[in-house]
Amino acid sequence: MDSDLTPDQKTFRDTTRNFLNKTSSSPQIRALADSGAGTDRTWWSQGAELGWTAMLVPEDLGGGTVSGEPLRDLCLVAREFGRTCAPGPLLTTSAVLTGLAAAGEAHAEAIEAIMTGDSLASWAFYEPSRGWDSSTPGTAADPLPGGGFTLSGTKDRVEAGESADLFLVTAHSPGGPVQVLVPRDTPGLSVTPSWSLDATRRFATLSFAGAVVPPGAVVQRGEAAREAVETQLHNTALLAAAEMTGALQAMFDVTVQWMFDRYTFGRPLASYQALKHRMADNKTAMEACLATTAGAAGALDSGAPDAHEMVSIAKAYVGDKVPAILQDFVQLHGGLGVTWEHDLHLYLRRTACDRALYGTPDEHRRRIAATLEGNAA
Amino acid sequence: MSTATSTGTADATGTEPVEEFRLRARAWLAENLPPAADTPAGNIDDDVWLRARVLQGRIHAGGFAGICFPKEYGGLGLGPDHQHAFNEEAAGYELPIVLNVPSVAICAATILDLGTEEQKKQYLPGIISGRDVWCQLLSEPGGGSDLAGVITKSERNGEDWTINGSKVWSSAAYAADYGLCLTRSNWDVPKHSGLTMFILPLKAPGVTVHRIKLVNGANEFCQVFFDDVRLPAGNVVGAVDDGWATASQQLFHERNAMGGGSPYVSGPRFSKAAHGPNLLELARETGQLGDTSVRDQLADVRIMQVVSKQLVRRIGSAIATGELTPQASSILRLFEAERTWTEYDAAFRIAGANAVAGPSLQDPGHGQAGLRYLSRQAGSLGGGSTEIARNIISERVLGMPREAAADRGVAFKDVKRGGA
Repeated sequence: MDSDLTPDQKTFRDTTRNFLNKTSSSPQIRALADSGAGTDRTWWSQGAELGWTAMLVPEDLGGGTVSGEPLRDLCLVAREFGRTCAPGPLLTTSAVLTGLAAAGEAHAEAIEAIMTGDSLASWAFYEPSRGWDSSTPGTAADPLPGGGFTLSGTKDRVEAGESADLFLVTAHSPGGPVQVLVPRDTPGLSVTPSWSLDATRRFATLSFAGAVVPPGAVVQRGEAAREAVETQLHNTALLAAAEMTGALQAMFDVTVQWMFDRYTFGRPLASYQALKHRMADNKTAMEACLATTAGAAGALDSGAPDAHEMVSIAKAYVGDKVPAILQDFVQLHGGLGVTWEHDLHLYLRRTACDRALYGTPDEHRRRIAATLEGNAA
Repeated sequence: MSTATSTGTADATGTEPVEEFRLRARAWLAENLPPAADTPAGNIDDDVWLRARVLQGRIHAGGFAGICFPKEYGGLGLGPDHQHAFNEEAAGYELPIVLNVPSVAICAATILDLGTEEQKKQYLPGIISGRDVWCQLLSEPGGGSDLAGVITKSERNGEDWTINGSKVWSSAAYAADYGLCLTRSNWDVPKHSGLTMFILPLKAPGVTVHRIKLVNGANEFCQVFFDDVRLPAGNVVGAVDDGWATASQQLFHERNAMGGGSPYVSGPRFSKAAHGPNLLELARETGQLGDTSVRDQLADVRIMQVVSKQLVRRIGSAIATGELTPQASSILRLFEAERTWTEYDAAFRIAGANAVAGPSLQDPGHGQAGLRYLSRQAGSLGGGSTEIARNIISERVLGMPREAAADRGVAFKDVKRGGA
């Protein structure tokens, strides 16, 4: 149900949907998974041409939105990614573009290259044994005379890390947090591929050992950096929630169809009240997931004072519900649901990743409770 | 979205822009209504109803009653956006919330949809102004969720009808002036085809109301007995033997109201007075604000409240545009039950031992949290059980096969019925 979309948004959504249906069908996703390959640069450039990388960039830097509501627009793309389990660094690229666009002209060249797909950028935020917390990055940025930094430390769970050309890295300096844009070929930076629960998304670990970044690489510093990182966190969390809802929609339809087609004891699964009631609960939760994701996107786009709380609510609710419902779909499919051949596990993998990354439901609940406490004080 | 939002200063239809209406409501409320008392949700008794009628009369005189009802029947002829604005402004004021359900949001809404012109003119202004209180006379002893199986009998005698039988779970029937009463008028056809809905004055000769005490001590539910109650033919709502259509519309309004989707409910949904304790205060007061599991519960309650509002908006607009059938209001009904449990359970858990014994039964965070916990299932029973909501969602929204029914296509007189 997208009754509130503008005609332009519908066209944008449909173009992405058609492209993904053609390029990210189940056999194609499976072939990509088997190959172990990282991001297909040609494919990603084609997506960039469709507008995937333009929404978060202001018009004077060459970007632009479909509807004037960048996150609602981008959520449409994320939902389609979820529907097909499309690979591709949509979330991580969006985080980088959020950061660079906020810094403006200074990084126009990098923005341009990322927007066209010529350059692949990734968001290096997580650190080993740490959750989703922007307060104290362990990676150190030691100031150099003239305004540059020397980086040391480790980032992990960096999506598309092995393929990326550029990394937006959060570090701490004596003057507070900084974000710097680091080219992959910087001496002192090594990139190691890591494992991933997702079938097609690749992650990597970055190790910085005295990597030197020039003054021009600085994106934000101090309080501005702290705020910028928060915005990146929330944009990314929202897109992860939107992707999960898309995955849920796709598998909901598959499961309902299965329940009509599959007969046991002479009648379709869809005729058993115990199973119908579960699908009624799942339908209710699915509508709630779509509603809260749309609510959070609208809040971010309009700059609502409670926008970050709305995102935490969406990510906590969707993150709790979607993988659990996909597990229920596995149960409803019986033995078939636990086979490698059925697509369910691809979606379960994807949504398990989206649940755990960019703030687990527990991490977001902590933020919600802190907001409640802050509002009451 | 549901309706065009009019926020400009000019409107071709002469409708007051929502924001102007909001400011006018804000000023009027501050002048005319007292702040909401932090009263516990205890028994709703005669004085509460009297107070509600007075407050509704004041709101009516001030020009803020029946916002979404047409002007010719005593309303304001405005849209859901106006009602929403009023509800936001009204948070924190004492409001006649007891009149919303079923009087205004269910009974008046049903009369508006299916009543004759005469009935609308005769009855709606009384409900909207707070002069008359209405109740529902639907469920019967032994009937459970099978509403179409009612056996309260209506028989035609010339121009009049005679009603005999009994209804149960009628909220506030003791305080009501009128009820919408579903009866069996024809026993020779299948159950859905032989029903007739009546407007029944509770003060009519032959009507007896008994109150039922519930586990939490509340006694707003009633059993109502009818002994040869005479009604004129003009009291039929909808067509004779087509009462199921009327009841279905009534149930739609009920689910919508229970789920938070009704445009006729006036006042905030999550007000301090209408709901339970302030959980944050309760956590602080009991020294648990630093407890991670308590904080998780606070967040869960907040999540369910916000998602509920977002869901109401989404489903409401999807029903308005025809993307979902009106039966999708059961989605709201089901979610709202889940939200209630989350909130009541969190309150009971955070209150801890305070919820079961102590000096203050009236404290919303203590005794009242305990009483609410005891009556927690009310949220999943009132307005139709959540099991029926799940049937409706799976069968009418997802199109799954209907449950087998032994009474389908059978003349009602031949249908097997168990005892009460």
